[in-house]
Amino acid sequence: MSDEMSKPFPKSAMTEDERYELKRETRIQVISFAFMIGLTIMSFLSVSTETIVTGFAIPFILLLGAVQFFLQLFYFMHLKDKDHGWPNTFFTTGLVLMTPMLIALILLLGVTKW
Amino acid sequence: MADHIDVAQGLPANPEKATLEGKNKFLGMWVFLGGETVMFATFFGTFLGLRKGTVGGPTAEDLFSLPLVFIMTMILLTSSLTSVLGILAMKRNNFKTLRTCMLLTVLLGFGFVGFEVYEFYHYYHEGLGYTTSAFASSFYTLVGLHGCHVLFGLGWIITLLARYWNAGGVTLANAPKFYSASLYWHFIDVVWVFIFTVVYLLSVGGA
Repeated sequence: MSDEMSKPFPKSAMTEDERYELKRETRIQVISFAFMIGLTIMSFLSVSTETIVTGFAIPFILLLGAVQFFLQLFYFMHLKDKDHGWPNTFFTTGLVLMTPMLIALILLLGVTKW
Repeated sequence: MADHIDVAQGLPANPEKATLEGKNKFLGMWVFLGGETVMFATFFGTFLGLRKGTVGGPTAEDLFSLPLVFIMTMILLTSSLTSVLGILAMKRNNFKTLRTCMLLTVLLGFGFVGFEVYEFYHYYHEGLGYTTSAFASSFYTLVGLHGCHVLFGLGWIITLLARYWNAGGVTLANAPKFYSASLYWHFIDVVWVFIFTVVYLLSVGGA
């Protein structure tokens, strides 16, 4: 069995459909990368140029950050794909636990006393 | 494990999840990443709570240089793309491309760490020691923890490359390992998205 595990394959067992699907996937990944680069440039520009008021720039960059977060998770890390039910559950659990903790720390350390 | 799947046709379409061992690695990795999220949140919360506590020392506005952070962000984002392309090549049974892409990821990762070391060195000489203020400690701890993750990821991928450089191709044993390492690498990038937004841009933006 261990021989089977460490034996390279002469070819891939992918069907034509799967091959086509993977090509499409590659294109989507490159597009989402270009999108992320664009988002990053936008958030840096919105802070570094003086013309955009702070009241708008801060929520705007947080929103761009959230969009990038989802692009990374769902596209680069494949959370959008099927058979990712458990990974989604694990990661969502992490986010659910994280939220009150983050708020509590900001309030306790930052507002109550530091 | 391997005997339950048909390997006569060639490399399965999703080699990282073709065996039970691969499936377990995949799930285990996601449990770990869920936990990492919570850990990073505590460090983010601490930084956000303490970031105004500069007690007369240098403030974030005095120190942070956006061009440097921008270059670091681009480097890390590109390294995330190279590892994605590597995994896509792995699924096509193209081991050479997988190797090359992972090697590129490692080189970009070292570039990132180099800039971070330079950045910390620069801040230290501007008068921001680790114990200078609550802001300094929480900043160095959060960003340094991320830097340590990058270093660990580099060690991980280098080990995989060294071990499998001459493996001759994608196998059912090495595919899940490369896949887990690439998931970890993306996670590092996800955390950096929040670091550049919350630590650098928020501070420079005056929030």
